[in-house]
Amino acid sequence: MAERPVVLETRGLEAWYGESHVLHGIDLAVREGECVTLIGRNGAGRTSTLRAILGLTDRRAGSVRVRGQEVIRLPPHRIARLGLGYCPEERGVYKSLTTHENLTLLPRLGGDGMPLSEVLAMFPNLAERADSYGGRLSGGEQQMLAMGRILTTGARILLLDEITEGLAPVIVEALGRAVSLLKSRGFTIVLVEQNFHFARHLADRHYVVEHGRVALEIPAADLAEREEEVGRLLGV
Amino acid sequence: MSDITLQAFMAQLTVGLIGGCFYAMLSMGLAIIFGLLNIINFTHGAQFMMAAFLAWIGLTQVGPWLGQPDLQVNFWLALVLAPALVAVFGMAIERTLLRRLYHLDHLYGLLLTFGVALVMEGGFRYFFGVSGQGYEPPEILQGPVDVGFMLLPKYRVFVVVASLLICFATWYLFERTKLGAYLRAGTENPRLLQAFGINVPVMITLTYGFGVALAGIAGVLAAPIMQVTPLMGGSLLNIVFAVVVIGGLGSILGAMVTGLGLGLIEGLTKVVYPEASTVVVFVIMALALLVRPAGLFGREA
Repeated sequence: MAERPVVLETRGLEAWYGESHVLHGIDLAVREGECVTLIGRNGAGRTSTLRAILGLTDRRAGSVRVRGQEVIRLPPHRIARLGLGYCPEERGVYKSLTTHENLTLLPRLGGDGMPLSEVLAMFPNLAERADSYGGRLSGGEQQMLAMGRILTTGARILLLDEITEGLAPVIVEALGRAVSLLKSRGFTIVLVEQNFHFARHLADRHYVVEHGRVALEIPAADLAEREEEVGRLLGV
Repeated sequence: MSDITLQAFMAQLTVGLIGGCFYAMLSMGLAIIFGLLNIINFTHGAQFMMAAFLAWIGLTQVGPWLGQPDLQVNFWLALVLAPALVAVFGMAIERTLLRRLYHLDHLYGLLLTFGVALVMEGGFRYFFGVSGQGYEPPEILQGPVDVGFMLLPKYRVFVVVASLLICFATWYLFERTKLGAYLRAGTENPRLLQAFGINVPVMITLTYGFGVALAGIAGVLAAPIMQVTPLMGGSLLNIVFAVVVIGGLGSILGAMVTGLGLGLIEGLTKVVYPEASTVVVFVIMALALLVRPAGLFGREA
């Protein structure tokens, strides 16, 4: 693991929404093919971290490197084009586009995007709803769509925000299978997850975020013995 | 009412249809611009006027200016060049002025575009005066044609066919193509679209240019029908805004259908109760807003 290159790195990443200072120096380093989680309480700054990496916050400072390239001054579309796929917390399925249009909308960011047929095999529900408008899909279908559409782009670094939130267990299971499949194919995954039970089986490392900073970094192997420490930080 | 002949009825309906074509083209441009930019483009009427003037200048002024009286930019060339020039002018305004206002309230964009419209109208008034200039339709479209129930100038038939084609093409582009899918997605959530790798700022500039070009095409088409004057756009725009509100702000189909429909209703009113023909559009607007505040085709009610 240690030999693989770091593909996503933040150093002292700070971010603001208007006047409110939400990130106070986030340090992350994610290696190629790794799956890491950002865990923490609501409002700790996990979603803001993903948004700040992509340049979606109002203002940001510090350093963000994608495959070694500094992107702190680049606009969001230039950052995405380095091969980042983003699945936002609110899912962001386009309601006025059909499922098929949503799936084929995003521009190609790399050479080896997953063929549409493979995405549909991973999420068969989407094939049945191909001509339905995004606004008519159920929550679970919207989540599969939000996940599926970034896989076709060829993005190799996936930022997934709360993909299990509010979904039925059977759909959470399907998403879990999808994430482990992606991991086995060498995708680099940053997972923001409230459902720690879901995340702990998928991740190689966990970052505990608190008050806009990384409070703790724990390799998956050490998780069992530090359960209490993590529990205290998460407030469970 | 029984003394109204079928012929008079059809004639007014046809006049209404021609008016409706202009409403539809103008309101589609407004709807597209509002959808993506969130700006109510008050310059739309002035841009329509500017294109008509460019066509007139090309036909009658450019030759003498250059000392070559025989040089004319004919109608067909103007139909391409004038909208393109107006679009470039519009995109320059978007890049230099409008862009600075996106993070502010709608009101600022409205004020700015209104101000630009006044400056443009004032400029044309200063150089060309307020009296109307005539514009001869191209020779091939001069003279009448028998459309069955009446004799109609060929040019007006051409305007109806051309604008219906343009409206349909615009609707098709927006609703049925990949490019349209980007526009619809950008209308819904531009920030996220940019996070997916689309250069949204450039898309916004081009979309503004496209909406303005639609106004430009309408302007050139209008030149032989209406008097070319600096004020020709402003008066039309009042009705076009009502059309956009009735159709639902940002709805392309709504703008097209409402524009054509209101033109017909206006024509009909001229037959039944001519005194009401100038207010009927606004009465319908008030009623439509009472029943459906988001407009007849508005997506969020």
